[in-house]
Amino acid sequence: MSNGMLEETQVVPLAEIEEVDLYHAHHWITKYVFSQDAKIIAIQYSATAILIGLVGLVLSWLMRLQLGFPEVFDFIDAESYYQYVTMHGMIMVIYLLTALFLGGFGNYLIPLMVGARDMVFPYMNMLSYWVYLIAVLVLTASFFVPGGASGAGWTLYPPQAISEGTPGIDGGIILMLVSLVLFIIGFTMGGLNYVVTVLQARARGMTLMRMPLTVWGIFVATILALLAFPALFVAGVMMLLDRVLGTSFFMPEMIVQGEMTSHENGSPLLFQHLFWFFGHPEVYIVALPAFGVVSDIISTHARKNIFGYRMMVWAIVAIGGLSFIVWAHHMYVSGMNPYFGFFFATTTLIIAVPTALKMYNWVLTLWKGNIHLTIPMLFCVAFILTFLNGGITGLFLGNVIVDIPLSDTMFVVAHFHMVMGIAPVLVIFAAIYHWFPKMSGRMLHEGWGQFHFWITFLGSYLIYFPMHYLGFIGVPRRYFEIGETSFIPPSAATLNEFITVVVLIVGFAQVVFIANIIISIFKGKPAGDNPWNATSLEWQTATTPPGHGNFGDELPVVYRWAYAYSVPGVEADFVPQNMPPDEVKRTDTATGAVADDPPELHQ
Amino acid sequence: MVLAIVLVLIAVGSVIFHFWSPWWFTPIASNWGSMDDAINITFAITGVAYVAIILFMAYCIYKYRYREDRRADYEPENSKLEWWLTWVTAAGVVGLLTPGLIAWNEFVTVPEDATEFEVVGSQWEWKYRLPGKDGKLGTSSIKLISDDNPFGLNPKDPNSKDDILIEGEDLHLPLNKPIKMLLRSVDVLHDFYVPQFRAKMDLVPGMVTFFWLTTTRTGTFDILCAELCGVGHHAMRGQVVVDDTAAFQKWLGGQKSFATLYPKGAAGTQQAAESDAEIKTVLTANNQNNEEGK
Ligand code: HEM
Ligand SMILES: [Cu+2]
Ligand SMILES: [Cu+2]
Repeated sequence: MSNGMLEETQVVPLAEIEEVDLYHAHHWITKYVFSQDAKIIAIQYSATAILIGLVGLVLSWLMRLQLGFPEVFDFIDAESYYQYVTMHGMIMVIYLLTALFLGGFGNYLIPLMVGARDMVFPYMNMLSYWVYLIAVLVLTASFFVPGGASGAGWTLYPPQAISEGTPGIDGGIILMLVSLVLFIIGFTMGGLNYVVTVLQARARGMTLMRMPLTVWGIFVATILALLAFPALFVAGVMMLLDRVLGTSFFMPEMIVQGEMTSHENGSPLLFQHLFWFFGHPEVYIVALPAFGVVSDIISTHARKNIFGYRMMVWAIVAIGGLSFIVWAHHMYVSGMNPYFGFFFATTTLIIAVPTALKMYNWVLTLWKGNIHLTIPMLFCVAFILTFLNGGITGLFLGNVIVDIPLSDTMFVVAHFHMVMGIAPVLVIFAAIYHWFPKMSGRMLHEGWGQFHFWITFLGSYLIYFPMHYLGFIGVPRRYFEIGETSFIPPSAATLNEFITVVVLIVGFAQVVFIANIIISIFKGKPAGDNPWNATSLEWQTATTPPGHGNFGDELPVVYRWAYAYSVPGVEADFVPQNMPPDEVKRTDTATGAVADDPPELHQ
Repeated sequence: MVLAIVLVLIAVGSVIFHFWSPWWFTPIASNWGSMDDAINITFAITGVAYVAIILFMAYCIYKYRYREDRRADYEPENSKLEWWLTWVTAAGVVGLLTPGLIAWNEFVTVPEDATEFEVVGSQWEWKYRLPGKDGKLGTSSIKLISDDNPFGLNPKDPNSKDDILIEGEDLHLPLNKPIKMLLRSVDVLHDFYVPQFRAKMDLVPGMVTFFWLTTTRTGTFDILCAELCGVGHHAMRGQVVVDDTAAFQKWLGGQKSFATLYPKGAAGTQQAAESDAEIKTVLTANNQNNEEGK
């Protein structure tokens, strides 16, 4: 890489960051409920996301019961099945993963990791959570309105999303759209905060090229979200107008159940373009924070610097940029002009290169490390494997000619669950096991963690790996029941039963995880300030859990990158980012530079 | 240690599963073997990468497991290695994309001599239309649909009268003939999917979409809908029978035309002239879309 880029990283001291005047809450309501402290907001976001995520999980059990044992459960009919599918997909993607990674981890980690007292706009940050909560409540309400929740699939494709024949076209779809619009408004308030905080509130010495990759991942993901959500926002508003005022943005002339509708000349494909212009970056909105977190956890627990830090940063940026020009790979069979296939297949496969590099760099970080197989590390290894698997099947589906036979089959379901269902969830587990000690001052129970890890990891692989092969047979997705066909062998039904049983086992194993959290909050082994001997700033706070304002009387000053592990010539195997060079204990007196940024960042 | 062993078992197990599990492609019945080939090439290239990366990871986890007397290596970057990996990956991607795009080019290039067949989807059934003796399908519009004209054919179009309409019965296709499937929906999105044909495409109201294929073996195959279209989506089935030429001609001879089945509709008596202009816009829009895609 050129030296031009390196120069920027040489600038060590930033302008002095002014002390900010924080809002000091005195009443418990303003301290813990309507709190403006990013850490409390983070916990509120996370708890809400996990609760609604559990609803999504239960819905997946119901679907799997139907797929594994069709005609056994009377209470599941086609209508409710499609409602489960829709609500499950939407909850998991938006209300669980997006909210948890950005609202949860973003809020907790950004200020702490960049050395800020709080987010720059704490009041707006608080509003962000409350609007999110309302969005979740509106979404939940749609289960209970007449006609029930929408059954249009999480992609909400018109015309069927708002036409007769689809469940939930009375209240369900309206509430769904309103909820999405609210979610986006709430997210925007938080998102602006995350971006501005990273750009403006970093501690002295925290140059961009010294930021931990977790911050880079969340930062770029937030920018993607701020650019991508508006497409969903307008699509949602336009569909609401179509549904409520009878406009025809997305609605062509059609005859539904024998009646000509009053719509005319709308374009269903326009919606698909808007949806996927949001929908593809959405994958990376979830993935980039996960990439960042994995990088940091692997580095810490392998006691080794992340391999190719600059490459990792540029890969995040490149993936983020490219993710805006690949959206139509979700539309290869949509009836759009087939010549688009050439362009979108090419861009999609190009994205694979920076993504593969990240994969290599994680594995190369393990190479010649000194690996502690702690629970967070175990989950990260599991992430690498499942993400590798899902990334590879992405190469199948991105290559347009391969997508044609596989599109809309169980292969797709297996692919996106590996890549954005299982993989990010494994990272969430890794992150919780890793940062819980900072958040609570206590460790999670190791043995229970092992149990949770093995069931979850092996179970997920057993659920989704064989599922790809159902797609090769040609089993379609979003099918309430497959019924009689001439091409699906009876053994496929056995496989479906097997998958359902594993799903239930994995599902119930999560009880152990939740119990572990609740019990450890009170009874866990005390963790101390820095149980993993990590370098980044959140582990260097004066108190654990960090108090309001994060750091003690003085903000930290940063002297080096976040990956000073096992630096030669230094006694300890880690050097915190904020340890002044003259306090670093050296085994020899040779030179002073070694414990600072790696020479590559200093040429 | 345990983790390293488990990783090796997963890598080996996945390969074994791939080759020995009973679940694989449904035998093909069209000319799109290039799709199966592309899948197999992708499996070969990515499968090697998959196994290699997992095994390397397992090796690292075993070899560099924590020992108190060991210290990790310190190597922030290794440009040579990083560039080398970049180029190897790029080469792999080119290896996947090239055959893929070549095959795609074939897929989007409909042969001149392809016969047009039309599939009409509605919640939740399939209907079909074949050209009559003139070899051409007449124009159509959703606005013309009525009990006397369930396909919405344009009675003023001379090509439409002899179009053959198939309702509530199996579709038949001739063996070894290139066929262009025109797809039309009267309500929501659907997707015409025959697993043995490999190719599939959405039906989109307001547009005519298409794909082409040549059948390669006789038999009876299931037609499924592969795009969610409401509560009856999973039950939207049909069957397609691929016949050799003689059997196909025999079947075709037994089918009836628009003019025979719906004399009123074909005469266009109940259709007022005022809607002509509107109908035109829809018709041209449809045709344009076809042209664009050719
Ligand atoms: C182990 C937990 C999970 C199980 C057992 C599960 C199961 C399922 C099932 C059975 C379907 C319906 C497939 C079909 O026939 O189309 C589905 C759809 C889906 N799932 Fe999951 N899922 C899980 C976790 C997740 C997570 C964490 C995500 C987050 C990205 C997710 C995202 C989706 C999406 C987007 C759909 C598509 C919905 C649609 O077709 O409209 N799932 N899941
Ligand atoms: Cu995508
Ligand atoms: Cu359908």
